[in-house]
Amino acid sequence: MTLLPPDATPFSASEIAAIRADFPVLHQQVNGKALAYLDNAASAQHPRQVIDAEAEYYRHDHANIHRGVHTLSQRATDAFEAARHKLQHFLHARSHREVILTRGTTESINLVAQAYARPLLQPGDEILVSRLEHHANLVPWQIVAGQTGAVVRPIPITRRGEVDFEAFRTLLTPRTKILALSHVSNALGTINPVAQFIAEARARGIITCIDGAQAVPHLAVDVQALDCDFYAFSGHKLLGPTGTGVLWGRESLLEAMPPWMGGGDMILEVSFEGTTFNTLPHKFEAGTPNIAGFIGLGAAIDYVQGLGLARIAATEEELLRYATTRLEAIEGLSIIGTAPHKAAVISFIVEGIHPHDLGTILDQEGVAIRSGHHCAMPVMEFFDVPATARASFAFYNTRAEIDQLVGALHRARDLFT
Amino acid sequence: MDLKELYRDVILDHNKRPRNFGTLAVPPAHEARGANPLCGDTLRVWVQLDGDRVTDVKFEGKGCAISVASASLMTEAAIGQTRADVQAQFERIHTVFTHHDAPLDPALGKLAALAGVRDYPARVKCASLAWHTLNAALAAADTDSPLSNPPTIKTE
Ligand SMILES: Cc1ncc(COP(=O)(O)O)c(C=O)c1O
Repeated sequence: MTLLPPDATPFSASEIAAIRADFPVLHQQVNGKALAYLDNAASAQHPRQVIDAEAEYYRHDHANIHRGVHTLSQRATDAFEAARHKLQHFLHARSHREVILTRGTTESINLVAQAYARPLLQPGDEILVSRLEHHANLVPWQIVAGQTGAVVRPIPITRRGEVDFEAFRTLLTPRTKILALSHVSNALGTINPVAQFIAEARARGIITCIDGAQAVPHLAVDVQALDCDFYAFSGHKLLGPTGTGVLWGRESLLEAMPPWMGGGDMILEVSFEGTTFNTLPHKFEAGTPNIAGFIGLGAAIDYVQGLGLARIAATEEELLRYATTRLEAIEGLSIIGTAPHKAAVISFIVEGIHPHDLGTILDQEGVAIRSGHHCAMPVMEFFDVPATARASFAFYNTRAEIDQLVGALHRARDLFT
Repeated sequence: MDLKELYRDVILDHNKRPRNFGTLAVPPAHEARGANPLCGDTLRVWVQLDGDRVTDVKFEGKGCAISVASASLMTEAAIGQTRADVQAQFERIHTVFTHHDAPLDPALGKLAALAGVRDYPARVKCASLAWHTLNAALAAADTDSPLSNPPTIKTE
């Protein structure tokens, strides 16, 4: 669900220059060329505000949280919980109790599979998983299917790389219990009309688990408007530290779920006669978390909200359009994934040049892209390619960097023909 | 670094027109499969022996220019050699891939064209996959029963 006003203006050249000054890592030479970092879908870069927030925490406030009466522990706890509240408002969640802090999307989805799905699923129950999913929103379902006797059914995709809504409807049966669907595909960039799928699922009592790893911060996300049951994402794709992630869940579901991992922080009282589990959200947060990481993630949210999500989206949309036009003009290049609604991700192949050779050649030109199967092997199989090259843009990228990419691709073609 | 050091004409030529690309019947040939899970590349290598001599090698697979050219060059280097010769060649090329400054042994012959790989550590696995797979196929020759599945080796 996109709440962004359609008329937001992209950042001007001088605004981009000011934004880029916030990102220390962007200002370097790689192999003697200016770095063009076009691998943002794998991990976004950090503004100094995020780096500083983490460093400041370590310099002044570090202690363990939720367990000391001393001043530092109190400060650390307050800063950590403040980050949770930022995440709550960022997602438009009803309550902070619905915001479970994890290591990342992968852990969030595994939590749903093990703590929600595993106790529920009966042999023969069906889990619908789109063919577009990252392995993180497929393998946990295969594991829980193996544990329970449930069955994972793929939802087909179209040649343009969209999840096929009509095919999805024909797959629904009284045994369908769970729908696992990405908001935005990491392999192709497709923005799925998740609200439409969720409405259909909810009308039949099917629980929905949305992988939002690629949606934030490129789209504004409102979990209440989406009306899904679970929403997962990773901090490091949102300019935040690695090892931070979120599972948002509907409170009534989280409340009814058993804990997943046991340990410190997730209990109220422990004895050998029995243990009382903590309340939400702590019930699902066993052990000492990545405190500094979440404080950094809170700073990342402040940063993107300060810039304005609508303007970020408008800027990325413009970069996507420009890059698509430039890449389409290269002889022998085919874009894989041509949905009309896409995030700023372009997967492509070049005739006669394997994506890994492209990756090496582009790196020599200072251009960082991803090449491989993007943890989405069923997508590669569908398009009958072993791998693709993928350029993914963030609002701090420039047209000049896209020109550098295009120049490097011409270089690759010259070398190979 | 000059990309032409990595993508020499010999490499580009073997990538475009791989030699000994195809399959051999098992038995009498022996097969092994190689995979590079990181990039999804896969390779199948067949080897035919007459006593101690390698009489034929073929390969099939999808991969980057480095892995295809390395496999193609390897088949040419191995056919007609004794197993001991093939082993010696494997050790020579392995030294090239893993030792940045090792001098190039003249006995490498055409294989020396792969030397550029050592300046690109991320690509060494692409070049060595074929050789590891050939080794597995040769090892299979010693243990094969007609019913066993071909061994699979992974570069990670
Ligand atoms: C769509 C999607 N889902 C899940 C993941 C997994 O995220 P993480 O590795 O941060 O857990 C990614 C990251 O690559 C992704 O792009």
